[in-house]
Formats: sequence, C-alpha cells, structure tokens
Amino acid sequence: MTTTLRPGSGSETLLARIVPLPGTSARRASLMVERNALVYRRSWVIIVSGFFEPFFYLLSIGIGLGALVGTVSLDGRMIEYTAFVAPALLASSAMNGAVYDSTFNIFFKLKYAKTYDAILSTPMSPGDVAAGEITWALIRGLIYSTTFLAVMLALGLVGSPWAVLVLPAAVLIGFGFAAVGMAATTYMPGWQDFEFVQLCILPMFLFATTFYPLATYPSALQAVVVCTPLYHAVELIRSLTTGLVDGTVVIHIGYLVVMGLIGLRVAGRRLEKLLLT
Amino acid sequence: MSVPESRRQLSVPVATVEVVDDSLDAAFIHARGLTKRFGEFTAVDGIDVDVARGEAFGFLGPNGAGKSSTMRMIGCVSPPTEGTLRILGMDPGADGPAIRARLGVVPQQDTLDTELSVRENLLIYGRYFGMSRAAVRAKTDELLDFVQLTDRAKDKVEPLSGGMKRRLTIARSLINDPDILLLDEPTTGLDPQARHSLWDRLFRLKQRGVTLVLTTHYMDEAEQLCDRLVVMDKGRFAAEGSPRELIATYSTREVLELRFGPDEDNNVYADKVEGLVDRVEVLPDRLLLYTDDGDGTTAAVYQRGLLPVSTLVRRSTLEDVFLRLTGRTLVD
Amino acid sequence: MQPDTTAVLRQRHVPGSLDRVGASFGFWAFQYRRTWRGTVVSSVLTPVLFLAAMGIGLGTLVDDGGRLDGAYLLFLAPGLLAATAMQTAGFESMYPVMGAIKWVRTYHAMLATPLGVSDILLGHLLWVVFRVTSSAAIYLAVIALFGAVASPMALLALPAATLCGMAYAAPIFAFSSGYEKPSGFAALERFVIVPMFLFSGTFFPVSQLPDVLQPVAYATPLWHGVELCRALVAGTQTLADALLHIGYLSLWIVAGVTAAMFFFRRRLESTG
Repeated sequence: MTTTLRPGSGSETLLARIVPLPGTSARRASLMVERNALVYRRSWVIIVSGFFEPFFYLLSIGIGLGALVGTVSLDGRMIEYTAFVAPALLASSAMNGAVYDSTFNIFFKLKYAKTYDAILSTPMSPGDVAAGEITWALIRGLIYSTTFLAVMLALGLVGSPWAVLVLPAAVLIGFGFAAVGMAATTYMPGWQDFEFVQLCILPMFLFATTFYPLATYPSALQAVVVCTPLYHAVELIRSLTTGLVDGTVVIHIGYLVVMGLIGLRVAGRRLEKLLLT
Repeated sequence: MSVPESRRQLSVPVATVEVVDDSLDAAFIHARGLTKRFGEFTAVDGIDVDVARGEAFGFLGPNGAGKSSTMRMIGCVSPPTEGTLRILGMDPGADGPAIRARLGVVPQQDTLDTELSVRENLLIYGRYFGMSRAAVRAKTDELLDFVQLTDRAKDKVEPLSGGMKRRLTIARSLINDPDILLLDEPTTGLDPQARHSLWDRLFRLKQRGVTLVLTTHYMDEAEQLCDRLVVMDKGRFAAEGSPRELIATYSTREVLELRFGPDEDNNVYADKVEGLVDRVEVLPDRLLLYTDDGDGTTAAVYQRGLLPVSTLVRRSTLEDVFLRLTGRTLVD
Repeated sequence: MQPDTTAVLRQRHVPGSLDRVGASFGFWAFQYRRTWRGTVVSSVLTPVLFLAAMGIGLGTLVDDGGRLDGAYLLFLAPGLLAATAMQTAGFESMYPVMGAIKWVRTYHAMLATPLGVSDILLGHLLWVVFRVTSSAAIYLAVIALFGAVASPMALLALPAATLCGMAYAAPIFAFSSGYEKPSGFAALERFVIVPMFLFSGTFFPVSQLPDVLQPVAYATPLWHGVELCRALVAGTQTLADALLHIGYLSLWIVAGVTAAMFFFRRRLESTG
C-alpha cells in the first residue's frame, strides 16, 4: 500500500512492489537523498578522499606485493596477481562504504542527532527514511566504484567486456550490505557495539578470497568462506573483470539480492517500531 | 482520502455538513478514551479531548504526567493503545502522512539537523512536506525574519544559543503553514528573556488564528498563552477550564506565604494557624494560607503571636490549583 | 586564641612533579577501566586475523613466487608489529586529545587543580606509552605463537615498537591540539597513516617502490620502526643500525613533544 501526500505525487518503485514497506513513496524517499546531498555539498572532500583507500591498497598489495607473487591460478587460467586483487578491492570497498554509511552514520542520526524524529513529524514515513538512506549509500558507493573501475581500466586490469556490468553489480553489493547494516544498527544500544561490526567486517575483508584464491584453504575452511556475503561479492566482480563468467554468477547475485531484501524489510519494520512508539 | 476535500469540509459552516456527529468535525482534535500503555505502564489513561479551531489549548502537569505521550499521539508518531482519535477529521492510523502534512511540531528536545545550517534546516524541512524549492525559499526568508534569525541564516546550528535554537525550531514548525501547532514544553530550559521573546512570537501566531496545543509545567506560560487548559496528572485529567476559571474554582483570590526558620517544623505552625483560613498547605520550606484577604490574614497571624521570618501576599496561580488537585507541586 | 594561618597554609599538601604527572596518567587509566575489554578483544584478534590471512594465506602465494628471501610470514609479522604500534598511537592521540581540549574539556578540569600544562601533556603521553606497549606485547606474543620469532633478541622489539608508536603519538598530539577541527583527522588517517601502513616496508620491501618514492619511504618513522623490529625479531640487528633507527625515531619524539607543548600552552593557557 502506498500512501501519498497528494494524489499522483508518489510513484511505486519496483523495490516497493517487491518489498512492500508501509507507506513508502519514491518521491519522499528521494528527499532523504536531497538532505544528504545538502550536507555533503560542503564536505565533498570527505567523499572524494574515500576513494583513495582502496586505491592505495591496489598500489600496495596489488602492485607492490603483487610483483613478489607473480601470477595466480584461477579456474585453471594463470592471471596477474594485480588483476586478481583489484576486483576484490572494488567489492570490499563497496561493502565498507555501505556498512559505514548504514551503521555509524545512521546510528548517529537515530540515537544522538534525533534527525529522524524531526523528519517523521512531517509526511515522511519510516519506510521513506530507510529507502532514502539506503539509496544515498548506493549513490555514494556508485561514485567510488566508477572511479575505481576507471583506474583499473587505465592500469590494464580489465580483461573482459563483461566489465560493463561491474557498476550495477557494485550497486547490488552496496544494497545488500547497506540494508543488513541498517537493520543491525536498529538493534544496537550503544557505540561499543560497533566493535562487533568491525569484528564482522575485518575477517571477511581478510579471508573472503580477497587476497588469494579459495583453493588455498583446506576444504573445511572453504565451506565456511563460501557462506560469507563478501565471498559472493568478490567472486561476482572478479568473474566480470576477468571474463571467467559461469553459472555460479547467478548464485552470487541471488545471495546478495535475498540478503538485501531481508535487511530492508527488517530495517523498515524496526525503524517504525523504534521511532513510532 | 484526499486532503483538499477534508479541508473543504472543515471550512464550511458546521450546520451544512452532512455528518451525523458534528462534534467530530467541529473539533480540530477529537479524542475519546485515548489511552497509551508502554508494557505495564499506563502513560495516558483514557482521556477525552476536544480542541476547536483557533483555540489555544494547554496540558499543564508535572514531568511524567503523560503530556508528551499525548502530544506524540496527536502528532501521529505514536499509535494509541486504545480509544478513538481524530485529527482534522482524519484517522491517524490510516491518514498519518496527510495529517502530519498539516501539523507543525515543536518537540520537547530540539531535533534540529546539526549537519545543516540554520537556513538549510528550514529549506530541507519544507521539502519533506512536498513543497517546491521556490515556495520553500520564499517561506524560509519570511520565517527567519519572523523569528529574528535572518543574520544567523548561514551559521551552523550548534553554536546558536538555547533560545535561538528554540526559535529556529518554531520557524521550522511553521514552514508548511500548519493548521495546528503542537508545542511540547516550548520554553523549558530557557532563560527568562528568551522565554518572553518566544511567548511574544507564539502570541502573534495565536492572533493570526493558528490553533495552538501546548504542554507546559510552567503556570505562567499556561496563563499567558492558553484559552483553555487541562490539569494532567498520572495520565488523567484532574480539571479543565480557562486559567481564570480554574483559579476561581480550585483556589482563593490571594495566597499568604509564611516562612519560619530553616530548622522549624512547619506542621507545628500549621496547627497554630488553624481556623484562620479554610485551607492550609504545608511545603518543606513554607506554609501557604489560602485567603481572599491576604493582608487581613497576615494581621491575624501576628495577633496569634506567631513571628514568621518572612510573609508574602500574592495572587493565586495555577500552581496553587495543581497543589489543590494533586497534593503535589508542579516543578520539583 | 588566633590560629596561625600561615601554619595552616603550610600544612596543605602540595603534590610534587612526579605525583602530578602520575595523577594525569591516573585519570586516563581510570577511564580505561570501562573500555578495556573491547580493546583487549581487538588487540588479540587483529594480529591473529592479519597473520593468518596475509602471513599464511597470502604468504603461500608469495613463497611460491620465490622472489623474497625467506618466508613471507617472517617478513610480515614484525612489520605489522611496528605498524600496529603506529595505529594504536594514532588512535589514542587524535580524538581523545581534541576531546579533552574541546568537548569534554578534561584538560581544563585538570588545570583547576595543582596540575600544570606540562603535567597534563606528559601524563597523557605516558598513558599512550602504556597503551602502545601493552597492545604491542600482545602482538608479539601472537607472533611467537605463529612461530615467527627467531631469536630472544625479539624481546627488544617491544620497546622498539613503543618507540615507533611514540614517534607518531607526539607529533599527532601537536596536530590534535593545534588544529581546531576534527575533519583534519580523516585526512590524517587517509593520507598519512594508511599510506605509511601500506608503503613503508610493512608488506613488501621498499626496494619494490619506484626509485623516486624510495627516499620518501625511508624518511617515514614507520620504516625505521619496521626495520628495527624486523631485525630484532630475526635476531640480526647490528648496534650501528639500531642506533641510527633509535636516533631518528627519538628525533620525531622530541620534536613532537616540543610542538605539542607549544600548542597545549596556547590552547589551554590563553583561552582558559
């Protein structure tokens, strides 16, 4: 059900049709994006500087350390280590950005600044807020992914026309993690719980085949790694930039879509419960 | 249900409206048996409220009386546990966004967007109401002028004084030209000068015909701004009327305050003044004697050989009404 | 009978200089009692995760490549020890210092007691020494458990890591007290700390860098800390090299403390 402020002023998004968040309209959700854009217009340096971290990692681990590694075997083909690591860094930076935006930023607005309390006394609904904040995280992530992909192209690290799908794939990764991050944030009582977020992110960043192929692990550990969402994100982007695309891509996409939809559903409901009591 | 239709209904004379229960449409806010429970705790316990268009209505009560819970229900951000509630003729459960589009809300604690400037706070808030950028810009300039913040427009919110933040919150609540303005303890925590400046702004709004609903635990605020108020205690209404009516009904014209030494037992003195007046209240630091002739009662006290450290004769206030109704003081 | 007022005044205990620095240190230690559990968990887990993923997992690939003398784990572990000392020092020297000046105003509260500006600064720096040393000690123990320690000389890597950390803490104290806006921290983190972490010889030898960038890497305190720790853990440290590294790191500490003292005085004494 879509409640609109004025007849015909709100349109149902595809997202809203799949996950019916009560009273969400795309037009109102876009106002959340407008608000965030207004905030960051002044501090665009922060947004720009966010690009450099994955870029530095690419130069250090990908190129500096990559020279010591040489090539790695992937699906029976030998590829340069730099070309192996680069897509993984893109995927994990999409995860990092989405998680940061949907946890620290949202927690601050939810618990301290009371930003949402003010917004909800207008026609905006909790669903609008949730959808708007996630959309903002996706836009920001898209900017990073685009610049990183450009760097990869310039360094000759893209080996397949499939790479045109990297950007939508990165948005999907951002969506999956932002939705889950936001849902998790609504359950957090205090700042100390972010230690827990770190505890989820860091092991994934280090172990989800970011820096070396799955085959390096003993088979028992492989089963664990395959369950993590970042594994699917990394493998999805890597198969697109290397051109080693096969049926498993569908599994990776499915995993991320389901994760995002569940997260969004939980986040919308929890926000409603927290803010409208 | 569309907004313009209900607006039309409200603006035509009541007599011509084809609605059976005319109290429902005549009242901007209409509640029957309104109840809010949080688990075992009952914050609002079955209250009946009717606020008419253009009225200034107040909830007077101490902290924890259920005022804010009531305000949040009226603001359509807190679903009632029980009872019926109609705001502007609409149901908050079904038409929350449509109702909120016509409300202005000043919450108890400032919820200004600290990441934005003064002016941007108003601009983006107007956008949440679906206003066009041009309309918001014009309204923003007008409101900044109204709350005397034009020269701070480009500043961040953080360095503003408490009074300025409050004025900005009021400007924000007016961005959509609300039919009802909800003010939850608008001047709590402000210094006297800032309070008077705020009251001045609110009084002007009242004169323009904006319906005001406010909560307060300051009796002077209630007296200044409210046409009609309810005294609220433990989730219920203890009394209802205009400030003058309440004082006339539940108090006397004047009050004599007697202070004895800091180590004296005021209960002992309460016995000694017995018979002088109909009602005596014993507070930890003073004795209140309710009388229609303060000076006469003062003389009588001295005639009994009592020597208070200080005496004060003053007019009865809503504080006295509250003390009478609940046995407790408003501000502790 | 009039009491002798000067005698009464003289009776009041005036804390000595050591007591005053100790009191400032004590404040931070007292505060830490609330948060130490979380930091212990991450101080143990972070080295375990990094050494397992990069040292062993990625190490397999590097060792297969055969372009590095010796096992990658032995190369990486002491480098991470020094780099972590830098990161801990950075973390403890940014927001806590700015907060104590600007938001919580802890330093101002301390100034209302017999504590002076230098007591406040030295006590807080001493606290950072404790934090860096304790987390480096955990790291060193984890490295030993991974079997990446070759010599008893490795014990000296602990003070070396502390020295490396303080070569960052002191200048960052100056930055945090001299710069008035927290937005500088994000830039410091992204454009100073992270690049040094990645390019100062922690993950790969500096000789892999382009020739023009190598002198820059050699100028960073972290490179000296990494070299010192690496040679100590391997047991190959020579006295001459050690003195060079120690001297260079000490230079940063002295310069940093001097600058921090200047900014502390300016921020705390002029505005009150």
